Amino acid sequence: MRGIVSAAGYIPRARLDRSAITGFVGSGGGRGTRSVASYDEDTTTMGVEAARIALRSAPTGVRPDALWFSTVAPSYLDKTNATAVHAALRLDHDVPAFDMVGAVRSAVGALLTAVKSSGTTLVVTSDLRTGLPGSGDEASGGDAAAAAIVGDGDNVIAELIGARSATEEFVERWRTPGDARSKQWEERFGETKYLPLGDQAWREALKAAGIEADDVDTLIVSGLHARAVRSLKARLGVGKEAQADDLSSTIGNPGAAQPLVLLTRALETSEAGKVIALVVLADGADVLLFRTTDAITSWQSARTVDDQVAAGKEVPYGKFLSWRGTLTVEPPRRPEPARVSASSAGRHEDWKFGFVGGRSPETGEPQLPPLPNSTGDVPMADVEGTIATFTVDRIAYSPSPPIVFAVVDFDGGGRLPIELTDATVEELSMGDRVEMTFRRLFTADGIHNYFWKARPVLRSSNG
Amino acid sequence: MASKGIKDQVAIVGMGCTKFGERFDKGADDLMVDASNEAFTSIGNGVDKNTIDAYWLGTAMSGNSGITLARPLQVEGKPVTHVENYCATGSEALRGAAYAVSSGAYDIAMAVGVEKVKDSGYQGAVGAGKVPTDGTDRTLTAAAMYSMIVPAYSKKYGVAESELRDVLAHIAAKNHYNGARNPRAQFRKEVSTETICGAPKMAGSLGVFDCAGVADGAAAAVVVRAEDAHKYTDKPLYVKALSLVAGTGAGLSDPEYDYTTFPEVAATAEDAYRQAGVTDPRHELAMAEVHDCFTPTEMVLMEDLGFAERGTAWKEVLAGTFDLGGELPVNPDGGLKSFGHPIGASGLRMMFEAWLQLRGEAPPERALGNERKLALTHNLGGYPGEMVSFVSIVGTEKG
Repeated sequence: MRGIVSAAGYIPRARLDRSAITGFVGSGGGRGTRSVASYDEDTTTMGVEAARIALRSAPTGVRPDALWFSTVAPSYLDKTNATAVHAALRLDHDVPAFDMVGAVRSAVGALLTAVKSSGTTLVVTSDLRTGLPGSGDEASGGDAAAAAIVGDGDNVIAELIGARSATEEFVERWRTPGDARSKQWEERFGETKYLPLGDQAWREALKAAGIEADDVDTLIVSGLHARAVRSLKARLGVGKEAQADDLSSTIGNPGAAQPLVLLTRALETSEAGKVIALVVLADGADVLLFRTTDAITSWQSARTVDDQVAAGKEVPYGKFLSWRGTLTVEPPRRPEPARVSASSAGRHEDWKFGFVGGRSPETGEPQLPPLPNSTGDVPMADVEGTIATFTVDRIAYSPSPPIVFAVVDFDGGGRLPIELTDATVEELSMGDRVEMTFRRLFTADGIHNYFWKARPVLRSSNG
Repeated sequence: MASKGIKDQVAIVGMGCTKFGERFDKGADDLMVDASNEAFTSIGNGVDKNTIDAYWLGTAMSGNSGITLARPLQVEGKPVTHVENYCATGSEALRGAAYAVSSGAYDIAMAVGVEKVKDSGYQGAVGAGKVPTDGTDRTLTAAAMYSMIVPAYSKKYGVAESELRDVLAHIAAKNHYNGARNPRAQFRKEVSTETICGAPKMAGSLGVFDCAGVADGAAAAVVVRAEDAHKYTDKPLYVKALSLVAGTGAGLSDPEYDYTTFPEVAATAEDAYRQAGVTDPRHELAMAEVHDCFTPTEMVLMEDLGFAERGTAWKEVLAGTFDLGGELPVNPDGGLKSFGHPIGASGLRMMFEAWLQLRGEAPPERALGNERKLALTHNLGGYPGEMVSFVSIVGTEKG
């Protein structure tokens, strides 16, 4: 049996109210909200967060033997982005890490290829959707990541029972490398292309799985062509009650991450023996049919998509624009930080990317960061802490001032004064609980400085 | 601590100090030359740069190597040592010169401290030294790190933050009052507590007036063996104690550390008092110059330096204990608040006030109101939990 062993979505906390766009630009916008990656997040950091939840949710002992990272918005070209994810997850050195970047379709391609191959593969998909102010893409897009661990055996919670693709070359949506926006051909053209491709792949996939459309318990149709997605959904022969919410009114459409975000959400709410159909329209059609197994009854997400969807916090439109670099705001009058030393970062990979402390030889307490005399590794990334004291720095350099900063005491020992994120000083108190999150501190000379910050713990809706 | 000290072995016999401020008219070269020449002039007797056997230059960010001083002063064929130790840099230069003379290696040595901060183009101090790193260091300003004292002190001693606000304002107002009476200070205006409390916030609850300014400046001191002191001046200052501690940074990672004290400072104070034989600093010292980089720093220092019992400094501040004419005047020259903080110069600038006050050369409007014979200067550099601390004690009499 081969299929999905664990899955997780990561939804950043910031939400843009689409009506704020209308108020500013005079057009565009719409109803509802979209998710927004914070100024210190990129597709790599969001991918790390999704993968961390997927690994935490997986049965003990499940370790990937390959990592595939797919995004439309890579933080580096030439250099592999998946290696930072690999380092943050502390995967073994013999685990290869590959990027599959560029097209939206690469993400479902990574998932499909993983399910059809062997071994335990961690597939991470991540996207940061941009568009010009007032554009449909800006309003309807969303930022998110999702990860799936694909493998064999009794741990599989959703078995692949059939998959088919249909491919054709046509120009419907495209982007010149480096551009902040995508362009689209007139809507109707894409629809006339997608519908027959979708029909074909759907029919053949059902046949391969030996099931009828009626047997599908949850139907997910994903794609950036909203009109084609809507039309196809209505003609696949699956009842409305089985059609999954696409979360467009709360987080928007996170492009390359959408298929796995929605599939994860379906898994989080499915019982055993249910058929989940994932249809992706992107330069063709890909259909993946899964049937949940008995193992899903004992699988529980460490942090569900719904809990993260519910935990949104509004970001003003101006801040959204400045975070994306569309609007240049006055920076603090401080020198910009120097680029990270590659060799120094390389020596401290475990600390910088893995948040691994040392242990004091005298007291046995965790040392953060580790010192030359430290003994042993103390992984701290998944350890929560308590705010001993905190302050706000209105003069330090930050891509989005002011900096909120706290002295954090970690459960089980160890203290570190560290920057907070996803927090405003007005909402904080001494004694608040925080968790660690992987972030991009700043970029200098094109080198992204990845490290960890603390943020208020997100509690699940059921406590 | 095992330091034996060099009590009464070395004396300061000459000093100079430039006016501190936004010296866009002067470079580090000019400031060093001015301070050095003033020190030579204060001695007279034909003492000049050629009389000095060895030099110690303290600067954190205005130059590297002894050449930084040797070139502008044109000292030829002499040892010039460059030292840096954060905000204790100026005091570190004096320590080097004093220890060299006490060792017998030289008869006469000079310490010069300088910083040219205002050439950076930024308001406020910008980081000294750009060591390539892995990018995981804190990027917080000192103001933010020291702002964490306020809620911590409030919680530990049950003093409302609103009450502490008055305490901090009193400290700033006191130092500006003193600085208004000092022609070498950068800021020479008294500032009301209303203005101080209403100032825009910089970090935490600290406003602009809770933070020391930034300035350019230089100061210099000439030291000789104590037995030779009277060849140069009738009123030497004998070095009673020089104590330095560089912290391990343990406070940053120690959950027991509570941001209401600086252990490095307490250690240097204890060591310095032992070296000098001081048992009751509050009543033995004529004055103290302390590192008031931020107002809560000065409050905590009153306890770490043993001027007030733990948890009482805030009351003592409000009672005027440390005002000019109070029981123990603190920062009679106006402190970092009035002078700003040219990093390499501040330690020697503090010593310059001890020089003036103990020799009776300070103007009457800055009179201490006591006749004691000892003065203390104190620097710290770094942050709560991870700092260097320096305490010097000097006196007009041996023994």
